[in-house]
Amino acid sequence: MSSEAVLVATDVVKELGQGAGLVRALKGVSVSLNPGELTLLMGPSGSGKTTLLSILGCILGPTSGNIRVAGTPTANLGPEALAEVRRRHIGFVFQSYNLFPTLNAEENVRLALDVRGRRGRLAADQAREALTKVGLSHKFKSYPGNMSGGEQQRVAVARALASAPSLLLADEPTAALDSENGQAVMALLSEIAKDKSHAVLAVTHDHRTLPYADRIIHIEDGLIVSDERPERVRDAIVTPPPTIPLDEVRSEHAPSEGASGGGSRRAKKRKMKTYG
Amino acid sequence: MVLTLAFRNLVHDRVRLAVTLVGILFAIVLVAVQLGLYQGARKMIISMIDNAQGEIWITAFGAKSFEEAGLLSGRERHAVLSVPGVQGVTPLTVAFTEWRKPAGGSALIVLVGADPAAGGLQPWNMVQGTPASLTEPHAVAVDKTYMENLGVTRISDIAQVEQTRVKVAALTDGIRSFTMAPYVFTSLSRARTMLGLEPNQATFFLVKLDDPATTEAVRNEIKSRLANVDVLTQAEFRDRSLDHWLFGTGAGVALIGGAILGILVGTVIVAQTLYSSTKDHLREFATLRALGSSAGYIHRVILMQAALSAILGYVLGMTIAMVVVHFSEQTALPILMTPELAIGLFVLTLAMCAISAVSAILKVTKLDPAMVFAR
Repeated sequence: MSSEAVLVATDVVKELGQGAGLVRALKGVSVSLNPGELTLLMGPSGSGKTTLLSILGCILGPTSGNIRVAGTPTANLGPEALAEVRRRHIGFVFQSYNLFPTLNAEENVRLALDVRGRRGRLAADQAREALTKVGLSHKFKSYPGNMSGGEQQRVAVARALASAPSLLLADEPTAALDSENGQAVMALLSEIAKDKSHAVLAVTHDHRTLPYADRIIHIEDGLIVSDERPERVRDAIVTPPPTIPLDEVRSEHAPSEGASGGGSRRAKKRKMKTYG
Repeated sequence: MVLTLAFRNLVHDRVRLAVTLVGILFAIVLVAVQLGLYQGARKMIISMIDNAQGEIWITAFGAKSFEEAGLLSGRERHAVLSVPGVQGVTPLTVAFTEWRKPAGGSALIVLVGADPAAGGLQPWNMVQGTPASLTEPHAVAVDKTYMENLGVTRISDIAQVEQTRVKVAALTDGIRSFTMAPYVFTSLSRARTMLGLEPNQATFFLVKLDDPATTEAVRNEIKSRLANVDVLTQAEFRDRSLDHWLFGTGAGVALIGGAILGILVGTVIVAQTLYSSTKDHLREFATLRALGSSAGYIHRVILMQAALSAILGYVLGMTIAMVVVHFSEQTALPILMTPELAIGLFVLTLAMCAISAVSAILKVTKLDPAMVFAR
């Protein structure tokens, strides 16, 4: 693949369990992720999506195969070395946001910077800047418990972005959100991917996310069965990507886990605010 | 952020925080009381030895303590006086004996006989009378703390020691006895009479040197000249008395055992609550790990939680301990809180909480960051 790829995985095999319970979750997956692209990883439950995301994100090690993140081979690294790769190059967005409930939005973002040794006023400024980018300039001091699901997910995106990772991995980023908030988060990830310094990979079941994809990879039974580029996919989609301003998708929407809703009409009329 | 996260994790569950603090508080108070009693006991045991004016003690062979020593014939005094470097030798008589109260009944006392003019061992912390008061006929000095035990209420009260009439001529404050038998001071000659001793007999000969720096050399010279006696430096006699009363009788072991029990109970309670807090925040720690934090960063969060618990628990525990110390001051068994003990307790509390954090740290060490993807 491209020499500019942020991530290159070759023949990745992952076996889980042992003996009679041994399962080959990944059976030889090769994939590369390029900067400036939002890639969706789709597939049925049990197909190996999350296992692949864990391995690409240097959280799990592969049984065999090679992985390079920003040029660094990671296949045989120990837990601390893998943590350093994550620290340097990878940002995560989780389905359940995984925010720290005892910290406010700014502190949640600052924590990710603190882990990277960035502290003090500069870190605070970076955290606020990241929150502003995701449309949460008015929520610096809000606690997760007082924010909608969409707002929490945007804090999680800000947290992932604050350290300027070259690879942003999102695990079902819209699964816990209503339709409107889900689309806003996808629009945000899409905007992030336009920045040539990031590659974005999102694992998803949600077909409403398809319009935002630059590339769609399908995985089944631990093997990649298709890897398609956007034009053909977008042509197949009836609904165009919605243009919802981030500031409109606020706490007026209850943090409705998994719920889908219509969203505000006023919001839909407004144009999308540009990331960055 | 480590401090912020640790503090927020700690106060997030207030019930658990309360349990943690009660555990530490319980441990601190128990350890402070036990070690304070130990310190108090130690001070009581060695107070007579420390207040005696002499570098070397001559005792009967095998003397166990200040209160339990055999008799010396008296010829030792002359032998010691001829040793170069010896400035003076003061005889002391010390023995358990019976005090008969004016209104009837009796109490066991430790009678201390010393010549007031010789300055070997005089009552100190005198609140009424002076050492010279002991030269008056029948005079004794007793401590305020034990007046009720001795059945006397004021100066001039009359009682009896063995068959001899005595008059309270002076009062001291704070001269307490570990044996619970009050010290009663009187003159050497009167003590000899009360105890039925020969004119030269004594329990101890207290040796004052020209130069305290020569203690070891003079001690060796005395030993070479005297057989069947113990020749002890002040430090040796102090250690021997402490060994006898604190460890020979088991009293010190009981006090230290109580303190260790307090530490153990505190450690278990803190360990349980820290472990449970860590378990509750496991997903957050897994998120930190996924964000790229080192294991050390997470360990620092847990240790910071432990340290904050220790500081809060220590402040609360010491507040209660100081109240207990205050109320024990006027009792026969005071709890002694010294700055060294207070600092030691703080270090102990920190260590206890750090040890308590081990189980929590082991838990996060085994943490699988992949759990962040668990639905």
